[in-house]
Amino acid sequence: MTVETTELSLPSRIDTVATAAAAVADFVGRSGIGDDAAFGIDMAVREAVTNAVLHGNRQDEDKTVDITLRSSPDAVEISVHDQGEGFNPEAVPDPTAQENILKTSGRGIFFMRSFMDEVDWLIRPGGGTTVRMLKRR
Amino acid sequence: MAELNINERQAGDVTVLDMSGKITIGEGSVALRTAIRRLLEEGKKRILLNLSGVSYIDSSGIGELVSSYTATNNAGGQLKLLNLTQKLQDLLTITKLLTVFDVYDSEAEALNSFK
Repeated sequence: MTVETTELSLPSRIDTVATAAAAVADFVGRSGIGDDAAFGIDMAVREAVTNAVLHGNRQDEDKTVDITLRSSPDAVEISVHDQGEGFNPEAVPDPTAQENILKTSGRGIFFMRSFMDEVDWLIRPGGGTTVRMLKRR
Repeated sequence: MAELNINERQAGDVTVLDMSGKITIGEGSVALRTAIRRLLEEGKKRILLNLSGVSYIDSSGIGELVSSYTATNNAGGQLKLLNLTQKLQDLLTITKLLTVFDVYDSEAEALNSFK
């Protein structure tokens, strides 16, 4: 299997989440990864793009969400880059803690970490945030 | 076609919402929120969400289920869930929300539980 890479640059709108998910589903389908893994990747991508649109770029349509998809014999890797201020992922409260269970938001990063094998953030002050997510085959 | 279709029917004093499609950020979540608010305004406070046709839900949709549950409780009502897909059940398990919601596989049992 060869390495395949695809790049997308999408506007900071809510409907970008569905656009990105469709493109990733197409890419993942070609990569030959299993259905359960594909479901997890879909969940994680939707949450990452939602965060980029809402919290990173704050729906500023002058800013783009840039997505890189990379499929290799070992894994599928997805990076989502926004142009926001950045944040501290370690400071995000645990949504499964008793006091947070009934909160209506705050589960996106939890889902990303639950469904992917690796999730990390590269935050450049003033230069945006990239979340890199990896799913092994 | 709408992202989320919601069909309302009455079973005694319980309002059943048969839902199909996706409860995701944007249209799907808003449709659920609008439906629940309208029912509560109409005084329909015993609500059963039939989720058998919901193929997909994201964290926004999960948040909307929580919001619906809380709003109904705060109005003195009850909101219960029926026919979760395996995927939705898995999501509610890992988020520990399965311990919060009253969940049923049988509509008859669900309706009886409101009595």
